Amino acid sequence: MASLTFAYYPGCTLHTTAKQYDVSTRLTCQAMDIALEELKDWTCCGASSAHLTNPLLAIALPAKDLQQAEERGLPIAVACAACYFRLKLAAHELSNKATNDLVGEVLGKRIDHIPQVIHLLQVLESKKADIAVKKPLTGLKVACYYGCLLVRPKNTVGFDDKENPQKMDSLIQALGAETTQWNFKTECCGASFVMARSDIMLKLSHRVLSQAQQSGAECVAVACPLCHSNLDSHQKEMNAKFADKVELPVLYFTQLLGIALGLSPRELLFDQHFTNPMPLLKEKGLA
Amino acid sequence: MYYAGMVIIETITPSPSSQLRSWVERESGQKIFRCYQCGKCTAGCPAAYTMDLTPRQIMRAVQFGLKEEVLKSNTIWVCLHCQTCSARCPQEIDVAKVMESLRLLAVMEKGKAAVEEVKIFHDAFLSNLWRFGRIYELGLGASYNLRSRHFLTNLSMLPGMLSRGKLPILPRSAKGTSRVKAIFSQVYAKEKESEMERKGTA
Repeated sequence: MASLTFAYYPGCTLHTTAKQYDVSTRLTCQAMDIALEELKDWTCCGASSAHLTNPLLAIALPAKDLQQAEERGLPIAVACAACYFRLKLAAHELSNKATNDLVGEVLGKRIDHIPQVIHLLQVLESKKADIAVKKPLTGLKVACYYGCLLVRPKNTVGFDDKENPQKMDSLIQALGAETTQWNFKTECCGASFVMARSDIMLKLSHRVLSQAQQSGAECVAVACPLCHSNLDSHQKEMNAKFADKVELPVLYFTQLLGIALGLSPRELLFDQHFTNPMPLLKEKGLA
Repeated sequence: MYYAGMVIIETITPSPSSQLRSWVERESGQKIFRCYQCGKCTAGCPAAYTMDLTPRQIMRAVQFGLKEEVLKSNTIWVCLHCQTCSARCPQEIDVAKVMESLRLLAVMEKGKAAVEEVKIFHDAFLSNLWRFGRIYELGLGASYNLRSRHFLTNLSMLPGMLSRGKLPILPRSAKGTSRVKAIFSQVYAKEKESEMERKGTA
């Protein structure tokens, strides 16, 4: 019997472009005796596309998954920060009777017991005292990057300070690493503009990486697959475009947790990064 | 026009578009006249550098009912919905929600976006979602590139993504897809009912 059990909502990318996040999440939660039961038949939360074009769809899509978690009688742990925001916001809006009724008509059934929506970072940070560190991340300097949707809007998602959050920092410190002080912890990475306005995404993500580098960080820890993709995958392009050169591996906080728990870089899918983290890990004696 | 020293003050004539503010207030739930133009929203906005009207200016334009200016701006399309403006507004106005409402109005009223690529992306995304229940990235990329006619977008990323096993080649429909399709149908049916009502009062 696991100490904690959650219904698990990975989000679309965790089965594809962000497989590392899914794999490292499952392995670390297993090691920490946290049971994650993936929701059967979960579907896309709608991300930014639904809420920017259709408000009812924006609640109904995540509400379908909330309904499934309600049927299981479990709180729902979410990996992706954007999905977390959509699910949490839907849960919040469903507390309004009129909205719940309307969504109930769309789904065919009301949601009477709205499940609690919690982000993986919250789950794991709350259990940081129980982490049995086998391989301390000594000497590793990490810039913890929260992005937008873990901390804003404060009254919906915010489980941490919206200007200078600390939860990821304290979790990473519990693993033996050093976290750097920097000002771009919650600055937007450019989100879904990777296709439509990649110029904006490149500029914003480059700024984040550049600031992280200037703070003395050797890598960036993230908790969102889109932030990871924007920061990790385009550094060559950024260096061709901007004078300020960046080269920083970008890791999911669950991957760092996995290393500290004694898991191998191979099983944590470190070979799937664009900006190779292996030289850094080897230098620190972590691989 | 009235001259006061070196300052020219134009008389602003209330126009039919002054209904803009009341529509936005109703849709977004935000009190537009609370904005006293401090500029914190613009100062924190990561995309302000590329906007023709800054967030602060958009708020002012809504206060004055300048519907055409607002709907023609690229602002409502390049807004990233990062919520920084809402988080920092000293009057606790959810500026991001105002932007969302204005974008909805733009979609309803004009059909063509000031930054067409963004609208195309969102349409492609929802189409992909409807079809597969979960996003099929390769399909989304192809769909976006074809619809926008920017055929080379992100093409250079393809080899790296494929070699790292990040991109499934074939789509897999999630089991919940039929439910997703049903949700779309229901939502569109309900939206159609309230659309005419909204359009008449904007």
